[in-house]
Amino acid sequence: MIRLEHVYVLMGLLLIGVSYVNARDASNPRRWNNTIFWGLYAVTFLVGSRLPHFASGCVVIGMVLVASIGKLGQGTREASTPAQREESAARLGNRLFIPALTIPAVTLLGTFTLKYAKLGGVALVDPAQITLISLGLATVVALIVGMVMLRPPLAAPVQEGRRLFDAVGWAAVLPQMLAALGALFAVAGVGKVVADLAGRWLPLGSPFAAVVTYTVGMALFTMIMGNAFAAFPVMTAGIALPLIMTRFGGDVVVMAAVGMLSGFCGTLMTPMAANFNIVPVALLELPDEYAVIRVQVPTGLLLLAANTIIMYLFVYRH
Amino acid sequence: MLTLVGILVVVVGFALRLNALLVVTVAGLVTGLASGLGPVEVVSAFGKAFIESRYVAIVWMVLPVIGLLERAGLKERARTVIAGIPAATTGRVLMIYFAIRQVTAALGLTTLGGHAQMVRPLVAPMAEGAAENRFGPIADKTRNRIRAHSAAVDNVAVFFGEDIFIAIGSILLIKGFLEQNGIHVEPTHLALWAVPTAVCAWVIHNTRLVLLDRSLKRELAGTRAPAPESTTEDAA
Repeated sequence: MIRLEHVYVLMGLLLIGVSYVNARDASNPRRWNNTIFWGLYAVTFLVGSRLPHFASGCVVIGMVLVASIGKLGQGTREASTPAQREESAARLGNRLFIPALTIPAVTLLGTFTLKYAKLGGVALVDPAQITLISLGLATVVALIVGMVMLRPPLAAPVQEGRRLFDAVGWAAVLPQMLAALGALFAVAGVGKVVADLAGRWLPLGSPFAAVVTYTVGMALFTMIMGNAFAAFPVMTAGIALPLIMTRFGGDVVVMAAVGMLSGFCGTLMTPMAANFNIVPVALLELPDEYAVIRVQVPTGLLLLAANTIIMYLFVYRH
Repeated sequence: MLTLVGILVVVVGFALRLNALLVVTVAGLVTGLASGLGPVEVVSAFGKAFIESRYVAIVWMVLPVIGLLERAGLKERARTVIAGIPAATTGRVLMIYFAIRQVTAALGLTTLGGHAQMVRPLVAPMAEGAAENRFGPIADKTRNRIRAHSAAVDNVAVFFGEDIFIAIGSILLIKGFLEQNGIHVEPTHLALWAVPTAVCAWVIHNTRLVLLDRSLKRELAGTRAPAPESTTEDAA
């Protein structure tokens, strides 16, 4: 059976390649930092499931120190010039889109069909992880299609992958780190303390005030946690259920659905939601770390106002 | 109150623009210590959580393919395709991607997009290409602004599309949470109440894309017309 663990091993091998290419690239003044950083990251994928948690924690802290105190660099050698790329684009035309579109197509196909695939009565793919495994398989299929079509040197995928990994840099690890922070917040009971504070200090005396407190509270707490899923249980148990539903008789479906979406408005406006807001900055090589957030703030605020109005108009009428 | 010291570290750290990786790690360690865990336990808890969330990194496996295609001229081709469509503008390209992303997310197909798979190799080059097509070479500042908008469209469209699909994580979380509190709700009703917000998101963000087109026109048509030989980009 194909499990997520197999995809992790593949990812680990890719990172070993990235680390190795970095070690040999003298055009990067900080090449050894990059080598160590991606090498340590590879370790978490290759043997992470078997390492004691304390050892994993030390590896992660090692990565953080290399990236923050040592700093990562980028090689300056490019395998292709703009003129070569123009020539190649003209020659290959729209066929170039085929491998790129293979990724979503195969992911989708896998998500729908792999759950039925069986080999000797056993599921071929771990049914709990179909989507993620499909994504992993799709990248492999797309890579094969690309290699057959373009016939580049064999090392090209790792070299080009390395170029992009280094462009993203430590931001590639940030979403995972934030997930770890969320887990520690949960252990420490941060959510309860925040909900208590909100209940004690905020004006909640009228049905309208309760709605505003809930929607704005969802957005703010999501901004702190980086994730509406972490904010929802805390804010709903602390404010929405006792006040909007029980005291003022609001409709629980409208309340919960729009409450969650108010949290999503917060997700648009926080660096803590790194995979949505910081990673694309790195991927698109933007100089301002908060460039994507800046663009999203007007939409986030307007939509939060819209959610508040929607909830107030519909939650109390039935 | 001491439990909130981690949040303080995060807020101050991000405000001072310190290395985010370091800020988050320190916040996590401090929170663990404040809640009474020993140093070894804190590092273990951090390591455990990091290992358990490795799945968020699987998306990076697309980078070798994307890199390979970029080397073969994928971005250049995306620009050429857009250059062949005279009606294409930056805002319109992004509006079309917004519609596709929101509708597919509402059908549960959230994997049909993303910054690494779609925005960097296809959407951003097309949006940039549309501007270059109309106004000639564009300054870096404008290019970066278009790129940031491309990333934002992906986020807004997927966030406010996916909740219309009944089996998405957030709907299941709401249902599970309410059930723990003894309240039974139908996922279809929750999904239905995501529709008004989805419509608002579409209206708000598409309006902003129309305004983006206008602002680009003002900015770029203005710089090119009066002084074509000018090398300064000060108007940008």
